[in-house]
Amino acid sequence: MAEKILDVQGLETQFKTPEGIVHAVNGVSIHLDEGETLGLVGESGCGKSVTMLSILRLIQSPPGQIVAGKAIFKGSDLLAMSQEEIRQVRGGQISMIFQDPMTSLNPVMNIGKQMAEPMLLHLGITPKEARERSIKLLESVGIPRAGERLKDYPHQYSGGMRQRVMIAMALSCNPQILIADEPTTALDVTIQAQIVDLVIRLRQELGMAIIWITHDLGVAASIANRIAVMYGGFIIEEAAVKELYANPSHPYTLGLINSLPQIQRKGRQRLYSIEGMPPILLQTPKACPFAPRCRWVREKCWQQNPMLESIGENHKVACWVDTTTGSER
Amino acid sequence: MTENNINPTGDNKLLAETHSTRKISWLERTVGPDNYRILKGLVKTPASIIGMILIAIFILIAIFAPVIAPPVGNDPFKMPRDGFVGEPKGPGSPWKKNVPDVPFWYQTLTGNEEWVHLLGTAQGQYDIFYGIVWGTRTAFQTGFIVVVATVLIGVILGSIAAYYGGGVDNLIMRITDIFMTLPYIMMALIFSSVLTPILGRSLLPPMIAMIAFGWMGYARIIRSDILSIKERDYVLAAKASGLKSGRILFKHILPNAIFPTLVLASLGIGDVVLGFAALSFLGIGTEVGYADWGQILSFARNWITSLDKYWYIVVYPGITLTLFVMGWNLVGDAMRDVLDPRMRGKS
Repeated sequence: MAEKILDVQGLETQFKTPEGIVHAVNGVSIHLDEGETLGLVGESGCGKSVTMLSILRLIQSPPGQIVAGKAIFKGSDLLAMSQEEIRQVRGGQISMIFQDPMTSLNPVMNIGKQMAEPMLLHLGITPKEARERSIKLLESVGIPRAGERLKDYPHQYSGGMRQRVMIAMALSCNPQILIADEPTTALDVTIQAQIVDLVIRLRQELGMAIIWITHDLGVAASIANRIAVMYGGFIIEEAAVKELYANPSHPYTLGLINSLPQIQRKGRQRLYSIEGMPPILLQTPKACPFAPRCRWVREKCWQQNPMLESIGENHKVACWVDTTTGSER
Repeated sequence: MTENNINPTGDNKLLAETHSTRKISWLERTVGPDNYRILKGLVKTPASIIGMILIAIFILIAIFAPVIAPPVGNDPFKMPRDGFVGEPKGPGSPWKKNVPDVPFWYQTLTGNEEWVHLLGTAQGQYDIFYGIVWGTRTAFQTGFIVVVATVLIGVILGSIAAYYGGGVDNLIMRITDIFMTLPYIMMALIFSSVLTPILGRSLLPPMIAMIAFGWMGYARIIRSDILSIKERDYVLAAKASGLKSGRILFKHILPNAIFPTLVLASLGIGDVVLGFAALSFLGIGTEVGYADWGQILSFARNWITSLDKYWYIVVYPGITLTLFVMGWNLVGDAMRDVLDPRMRGKS
């Protein structure tokens, strides 16, 4: 088995709001192997982004607070580092791409200057070298006439190009881990495909590990080696990508996969959808967070929240019910 | 199949001819599209254009003051006196003592060779025309210095409050609130009269007093703008790439947040000059005889009961002051409309 490059254990993040404490992430344990791509899947507000922001300690505090957990990156705990140490890790060893490329670049700073910033900081190179490296990077992410376009401002780039710039920036300091927070959500489908292809190519060239946050199971399938599904601040299923699509075991994962439109489906059929709404995370959940929407729900689900348990090789699930047979495990 | 014809060459000249693209001026490039829209909105309404013309005229008067009203003696800011008689003399009365050089434009415009008191004299035979022309320089000087200083203080305090938040924010903003509750002219008057014995009679005491009680508005505006910019994705992205917080504040947040403050500040000059004239009228500030609009007006205090006869000692400096402040306020109103998000897309 490959070396673990990142090992998150029991991460808990909460937000203090006027309505009470929101339990956004409830004891998430997840690991990332070297060179691996992990897909983190779930609907809006299930804690995907908060988990990743917590790892880099980018949660606004107040109101956010990391209550418990460890994030071991190359032997040291990111959550226990000093501000100065974590700042060295951000952008240098772990870098991040965000959801909306339209708003992720500073509108009054030209692309060249923005790209140079992290390089000057982490690589200790001269502005001239940074400029040359920026040109190479922009060319490698497929931006033509890169040298000229360095002095352009973000509003002179299209959405897809800005996301390419973000990717180039994120990779500029040779990170070991790239966290991509829904990088294709704000783009149209053809650009999505281009960006996914680009990241796959760059992964082969540079060999970094990737955490790809998405709510699009199709995108996740095309890029990830392993997928973790989140719901209500918990990881409820985790498996190698083929295993997950072949044998989805958690009722929520099943629902997600069934709700995908399928091209070979005959006739006019309604697309499956999961009933109900995602939970509001105001109380410490004692029950299974998915219980109110689950068709296999039973007494036990309301009394105790199931833990993530191994049900096969590279396959863990947090459910009291074996969805293949409908009986309790 | 010949390769030359089939592979794209990347030559877009034909396309450029058929599809005209919007040219982006250097101004739009430097200030960014949002700020460019603000600037463009400023020169659209007739009122703001009138305001700008007024301001431009005053700038020209200030620049060409030595030509318009040639100075007498070493200090051009000392208004020349035609004798020491108390009673003001009307416009067009001849100039007897201390006559300055006649400027070249005078003869061609009026046909006269003798220099007269164009707008009359104030109490003590100070020439009103001279005072108004050189007072324009005083007005710009005090206006700029006070505005720059208040903006600096406001921006520093406001950005510290907004960026660090929490207790720091609370402390600074409560101090700001306390300053805001104090009546401005009253406090400036008291403070500058306390300062005058220490610093002597000059422009300094009223300026310092106006700076001390004038920064609060800017602190509030920059704070609220930073609070909104702070939540933008590019700030999070800058944090995620490991930048130091000082750099994030100065390179990523402030340049995006400061524009409305700067524009409003430039328009605050009118108010500052008005306040300064008020202090001057009350006798605070420069020594007697300094070219300053408020000072000329203050000469009228003893004649206020017979203004039917001596109207010119109030009307001319008054009109000047009004036009100056109106110029800035007209531009300021246009500014407020442009900056108001509810007006967006309507102008």
